[in-house]
Amino acid sequence: MSEAQAEKKDLGQALLKEINPPPEEEHKKGFWKSISIPALAILTGLLIGAFMIAATSTTVWAAFGESIWRGFGTAFKEIGTAYQALFTGALGDPVRIVRALGSGDAKEIRSALNPFLESLVQSTPYIFTGLAVAVGFRSGLFNIGVEGQLFIGAAAATYVGYAVTGLPGFIHMPLALLAGALGGAFWAFIPGFLKAKTGGHEVINTIMMNWIAFRLTEWLLSGPMSRPGSGGMPLSPLIQKSAEIPQFFQAPIRFHLGFFIALAVAWLINWLLFKTTWGLNLRTVGTNPRAAKYAGLSTTKSIITAMLISGGLAGIAGAVQILAVNHSMALGLSSGYGFDSIALALIGNNTPLGVILASLLFGTLRNGATRMMVVSAIPIDIVDVIQAIILMFVAAPAIIRAIYHLKQPKKEETTIFVSGWGGK
Amino acid sequence: MTTITQTIKHRRISEITPARKVSMGIVEILIGILIYILFAAALAPELQTTFNMTPGGINVGTMADWVLPSRATLLVFTLICIGIGAFQLIKGFGRATNGMVGLCGLLFVMAFLIWQASGKSLNLSGMLSSAVLLAVPITLAAFSGILAERSGTINIAIEGMMLMSSMFAALIGSLTNSAVLGLLGGVLSSVALAMLHAVLCIKYKINQTVSGTVINIFSAGMTAFISQKFLQKYQNLNAPPMLSRFPVPLLSRIPFIGPIVFNQNLFVYLMLVILVVLQLALFSTRWGLRLRSVGEHPKAADTLGIDVIRTRYVGMLLSGVVAGIAGAFFTLGSVGRFDEGMTAGKGFIGLAAMIFGNWYPFGALGAGLLFGFADAIGSKLSLLGSAIPPQVMGMAPYLITMIVLAGFIGKGQAPAAEGKPYEKE
Repeated sequence: MSEAQAEKKDLGQALLKEINPPPEEEHKKGFWKSISIPALAILTGLLIGAFMIAATSTTVWAAFGESIWRGFGTAFKEIGTAYQALFTGALGDPVRIVRALGSGDAKEIRSALNPFLESLVQSTPYIFTGLAVAVGFRSGLFNIGVEGQLFIGAAAATYVGYAVTGLPGFIHMPLALLAGALGGAFWAFIPGFLKAKTGGHEVINTIMMNWIAFRLTEWLLSGPMSRPGSGGMPLSPLIQKSAEIPQFFQAPIRFHLGFFIALAVAWLINWLLFKTTWGLNLRTVGTNPRAAKYAGLSTTKSIITAMLISGGLAGIAGAVQILAVNHSMALGLSSGYGFDSIALALIGNNTPLGVILASLLFGTLRNGATRMMVVSAIPIDIVDVIQAIILMFVAAPAIIRAIYHLKQPKKEETTIFVSGWGGK
Repeated sequence: MTTITQTIKHRRISEITPARKVSMGIVEILIGILIYILFAAALAPELQTTFNMTPGGINVGTMADWVLPSRATLLVFTLICIGIGAFQLIKGFGRATNGMVGLCGLLFVMAFLIWQASGKSLNLSGMLSSAVLLAVPITLAAFSGILAERSGTINIAIEGMMLMSSMFAALIGSLTNSAVLGLLGGVLSSVALAMLHAVLCIKYKINQTVSGTVINIFSAGMTAFISQKFLQKYQNLNAPPMLSRFPVPLLSRIPFIGPIVFNQNLFVYLMLVILVVLQLALFSTRWGLRLRSVGEHPKAADTLGIDVIRTRYVGMLLSGVVAGIAGAFFTLGSVGRFDEGMTAGKGFIGLAAMIFGNWYPFGALGAGLLFGFADAIGSKLSLLGSAIPPQVMGMAPYLITMIVLAGFIGKGQAPAAEGKPYEKE
């Protein structure tokens, strides 16, 4: 091998390493270092949330009217009550769990652990949608249309779920899931195709597709797919028993197989993105379109396949919600999973493992917030505000570093590549 | 200064390629054929369509009704479209090509209306009047986008700014019992978000689309939070006085135009004033030239002593002001109270209008009116007892946006340096 060739090979390897930092290496560099920014971002988000709780409470205002100290006391008490409700609502009451474990009563143990299991149920759609956005980001696409793709996927799965009869469960349920994936993929294909062929920006196009999806499902559910006797309410018939994704325990506990499907899909996506040539090509187009062009990679193909996979994942998210949890489709299907997933993907640094962890966090937060709403009358939308703040700090680590006096890292952070209008 | 002037002066739409010339001709002929197949063919020849030419409740600037033979009119439309298409194929319209495609699109919409209203009467001018009103938030959002992007910052946070402004306008308007103070409060809240966006994008240099998304999620959460915590609980906090309709002296007496444009509420006039001011400021003043140069070629601008960072902050600040007015429109000019998520994607449609209008104020107004018209048709037709479900009609503005973005109307040119943070060397 001549010297020039060796140099060439090294250059190739250097390029590969640049594009594809081995994940093991990142872990070695210090687990704490890699999660310090997200962890501090979450902490700061919760602190600002606490401030919001205190600042919007009329009892706190009244206490401040009496004296400053009483005001602070009441404020801390309010925040304490609220966050305690958030914690027990999300993970269960520790005292009750210990007592249940001590008594050895299986039923009591299950119901004591239910808040935790419910958090996993809430996290499941987040895992799928977070992966959907992450796949998009990895290929340089900003898929804000996950919400609409989720609705279309759910509608497709619902239709297959109730209209197809006489199939055994091991065929019907996967078939309905597949329908969901195809529905979502189709909905994402349109903006992907437009982006690849005409340069129409996917951010605007996917948002438009969201609105079209909402109108379309509203029309479907109050027309062709409406439940007989629903009296004009947009609601679908119940799906067949054979299409349901099994739940593991009896009625109030909703923990279901979908959670493990989500983990399996995350593993699959990890393998696709980081262990296959196809994944390498996709990420090259995403991080360095110019290098991809010189390497002879097709941007068009990459954009369209990435959107298909992204949309497919979003569709599965909707399908799993229908088949495992709701068993029929109504308009209140999603509490903004599609929009939250943008934050998820970014906090998880667009890796499947990161997305799973971030999803568990958000699912837990949302589950706990439901309890917090009951106990302290704090609207659940506070979770959105906290999420936005976390996302802001994760996207702008310089602010977090300034607040907590952290050192600047030597290496430049990887930034997400999102193009301007018109596919430039 | 000459170099910058040269780089930014000629941003006109690119030349019409031969492929585009042919494809547009085919599209125009297809529109003509569609008008015949979809609308004209199925109509009985004796049916008539009546268009009322004065909006209800107005008695200045009135105009007599138009009565059209439905089928004959549609046949004429078909022939016009096919004629335009044939001329386009043979000789071509050159720079007027886009205008001609637009004309055919307009004829298609009119044909649809004539078909829907055949044998009935439809208040056309009432529909146009509400189209103008519905165009207000979209057009203002587009102006807001123009101000941000001409100075080099992508602003997809307009939706969030509008939502925040609409809530604060309702809240402060109710507290002070004054619509003007409500408008001011709304604008201030929007400006605060705009400054946050500017700091994140210009100072911390984070991805501008991500920053915009942060603000959009934050606004959606914050407005829903405050709305549930206060506005829904204490209804008197959500009952702002509205800016009512008032006719402009003299101008409102012009038949047809008067009732549609000059007998509206303050927001319509504000939109027109901003339109003129923006056009003049951007293209006829030194300030505008500097703002645009920062968006096109910041390095050259910096060399000439223009403060790039400061100019970009000013651009975002003004963008926030205009987005705030757009948001206040929902509560003070249209609905009269705040509902969660009431901006319903109008900020994003505004961005599409900005792109459609090629980053020019008058272009943005035209696009905004088109979207407003699509909206107005949807709401009026359901009153007419149309067979088309209202949800399907409701998709129209979004579909039009996508078709427009697909470059159907021709690709515009974004400011060259937008989306890129400026780093001084």
